[in-house]
Amino acid sequence: MAATDAAKTIDPHAWLAARSRWSVFEIAFWLATLLPFFLFPTYLTLASQVAIAALFALSVDLILGYAGIVTLGHAMFFGIGAYTAGILSARFGWNDPVSGLLIAGAFAGAIGFIASYLIVRVQHLALIMVTLGLGFLTYELANAMGWLTGGADGLRGVRTGEIFGFFRFDLWGYVGYSYALTVLFLAFLFSRRLVNSSFGLALRGVRENVRRMPAIGSEYRWHLRVIYTISAAMAGLAGAVLTQTTNTVGLNTLSFERSADVVVMLILGGTGRLYGAIVGAIIFMVARDQLAGINPQYWYFWIGLLLMVVVLFMPNGILGFLTRLAGRRD
Amino acid sequence: MADPASPMLQTEGIRKNFGALEVARDVSISLPRGCRHALIGPNGAGKTTLINLITGQLTADAGRILLDGEDITGRSAAERVTKGLARTFQINTLFPDLTPIEAVTLAVCEREGTAGRFWRDLSAHGETVDESFDILKRLGLADVATRATRTLAYGQQRLLEIALALATRPKVLLLDEPAAGVPKTESAALFGVIEALPEDISVLFIEHDMSIVFRFAASIIVLVGGGVLVQADPETIRTDQRVRDVYLGQANHG
Amino acid sequence: MLSNIAIVLFDGFAFGMLLFVLSVGLSVTLGLMNFINLAHGAFGMLGGYVTVLAMRQFGLPFLLALPAAFLAAALVSILVERTLFRRLYNAGELNQVLFTIGMVFVAAAAATWFFGTVQQPIVLPRWLRGSVEVFGLRLGVYRIFIIAMALAITAVLVFGLERTRLGAQIRAAVDNQRVARGLGLDVEKIFGITFALGSGLAGLGGALAIEIVGLDPSFGFHYLVYVLIVVSVGGLGSITGSFVGAALLGIGDVAGKYFVPEIGSFLIYLILVAILLVRPLGLFGRR
Repeated sequence: MAATDAAKTIDPHAWLAARSRWSVFEIAFWLATLLPFFLFPTYLTLASQVAIAALFALSVDLILGYAGIVTLGHAMFFGIGAYTAGILSARFGWNDPVSGLLIAGAFAGAIGFIASYLIVRVQHLALIMVTLGLGFLTYELANAMGWLTGGADGLRGVRTGEIFGFFRFDLWGYVGYSYALTVLFLAFLFSRRLVNSSFGLALRGVRENVRRMPAIGSEYRWHLRVIYTISAAMAGLAGAVLTQTTNTVGLNTLSFERSADVVVMLILGGTGRLYGAIVGAIIFMVARDQLAGINPQYWYFWIGLLLMVVVLFMPNGILGFLTRLAGRRD
Repeated sequence: MADPASPMLQTEGIRKNFGALEVARDVSISLPRGCRHALIGPNGAGKTTLINLITGQLTADAGRILLDGEDITGRSAAERVTKGLARTFQINTLFPDLTPIEAVTLAVCEREGTAGRFWRDLSAHGETVDESFDILKRLGLADVATRATRTLAYGQQRLLEIALALATRPKVLLLDEPAAGVPKTESAALFGVIEALPEDISVLFIEHDMSIVFRFAASIIVLVGGGVLVQADPETIRTDQRVRDVYLGQANHG
Repeated sequence: MLSNIAIVLFDGFAFGMLLFVLSVGLSVTLGLMNFINLAHGAFGMLGGYVTVLAMRQFGLPFLLALPAAFLAAALVSILVERTLFRRLYNAGELNQVLFTIGMVFVAAAAATWFFGTVQQPIVLPRWLRGSVEVFGLRLGVYRIFIIAMALAITAVLVFGLERTRLGAQIRAAVDNQRVARGLGLDVEKIFGITFALGSGLAGLGGALAIEIVGLDPSFGFHYLVYVLIVVSVGGLGSITGSFVGAALLGIGDVAGKYFVPEIGSFLIYLILVAILLVRPLGLFGRR
């Protein structure tokens, strides 16, 4: 082994720094998120729906893509965030969007922290069933607590004030999309830093080989609790933004379909790469907007077929498939 | 604890049953500071089980484990590592998608308690990365430090097993067949690396190749049917009739 | 009041037995291959639609439509297992979950295409309709029929597993696949057969379910949750577990909806989560 010579050519610092450096593609991508303002001003409502879905998918990517926690019940936290923001406004007259958003995220995170103690105890099928069960549980709870949540009719009387007392949510969605996009971008910056940190490394360690983690002295369950809490808070933010941009909250924010859809988005885009969540959300939401008008059942036919194809032929999602096509697989 | 003569690792009457099967029978061993001991025994003697019991992957039914004089019997596997008890695995237990520099840096961060810092970019942990790269250099892995682990040659993966253990700064290092699956020609080189480990680390290794055991071990523990048959220096073991009967005899047609 | 409780227990047990027939196959195949097949409920739906077709189009009597449902589901499952599922045995649970969810979506859309979204009722033979009085309780004849069927199936399964050669092989493979392979058992073939039998039972369950819970394209999805609860609470690979889990869920579901309709479902999920936290492998799970 001629290690000494070769070792001089490898600089671990430079290599690590390069991994977290912003690429041209990324900057171009975020600039492109501004295009709807100019190119599709009539679709700004859809654009903010996409941004919300992307934020939700990002939260799931943190636990599923990075830490390997499979969940089929994450709508639980989306809905908790959505209802918190809605209830603050409808029941307490708290209409300030930014503080309402933060409270909703914090509350969803707190519930996530409690739930994380249950989540880290189970694996495999039991994990899937516990996430599923907690999701249904929350749905039924919200349904039963009609006095607070409005039950099946949804929560009425949600109003959202001006952002920082200045920007009023308009009918065309200019402010709505700006708001959703800003929250998404900030959450993305946060996530990007997180996955490039030693903590992100520890999460990937758990995903890659959970058996090794104790043998390097890692109390990895604590890591999992932390990321689950962060993810729950982020999902809560997504739900709160939905409430604030639409002024409605219904049980559908807590539904199993929402939990399943978000995982589908993430798989379509590709897990464990952050942008997969966003790209998947764009494809999913735009396709649904275009196709679902025809017949929702057939929409699910295409989604089902796409899922099967992606699992069989594109294990890294569409984004992974594209990067491999482009020959710049890392 | 300060007494240099006191054992670094000590087990007292460890027992473990899997149902009716006794896999550890009153095992009491002791590793002095800086020792190079070998653990041998026929297949199914419970060597790996013993390591699993000592390091906490399995919980003993009875007995005590002392690390540097401190009772660690009730501690979790991760806590034992933090206190200085590291191990490697017989079957590679690595992080396939991480690069060696990432994996070792992770281990160092866990040791330093900085693995939870999600707000700091990894490249900001400068000294940690330096230390990790030094470990890789020492094991001859520097030139593959930035390649995904699953693309490394098998022998390099065996070395990475040791690198991960070293990153925890162990007082005691338990090596479960470090050269398992490595061609005979290379296993001596691998044990050369083990021999060159810092002198204050106590090393216990499992190995089947008797020529290597006799060459590198100062003392040999023979395990049979979950219990310690005999512990002695290589010369004594070589001539011990019981060891010949139960172990060497079987090894000839095993 | 007391007779109400008895009726609820009876109806719940009948519903539970229906769930048992629907889910026992998944429990055994999961225990065998650790393959999480969320499309299991879709095989139940297939059995349901085959029954509807057989009775309406071909005028088959109900009792002959049942084996047709079993066979159709079993045959289709062999095809699917050979061509698709086999590629996913080592693909990780998430990929299995997603692929089979995709199949449920496609199956639901196909059912809508052929049959529309409306409920598909069937006409039971006269002797299965109505109710009989037992110890002063009016019990539905069809529910008695379901319980009898499920008990017969349980007996056949237990006997088959304990006493036949195939049964011994399946047990060996569930216990320890590596050892079974080492003994020269063709685990793939054993799994293929088990999978076909299990899916066939799901098809039979789907056929039996039409009269109780109805049949529409959402069947595969709706009952998937029940099936998963039975399997995870009972424990993988355990027929006893599935039986007990199904009976508990059936009784709990009917009792919850009858006595505390507002929070009935809530209680079911609460109990599910609680059981899994105390026993992650289910009540009768061993691994």
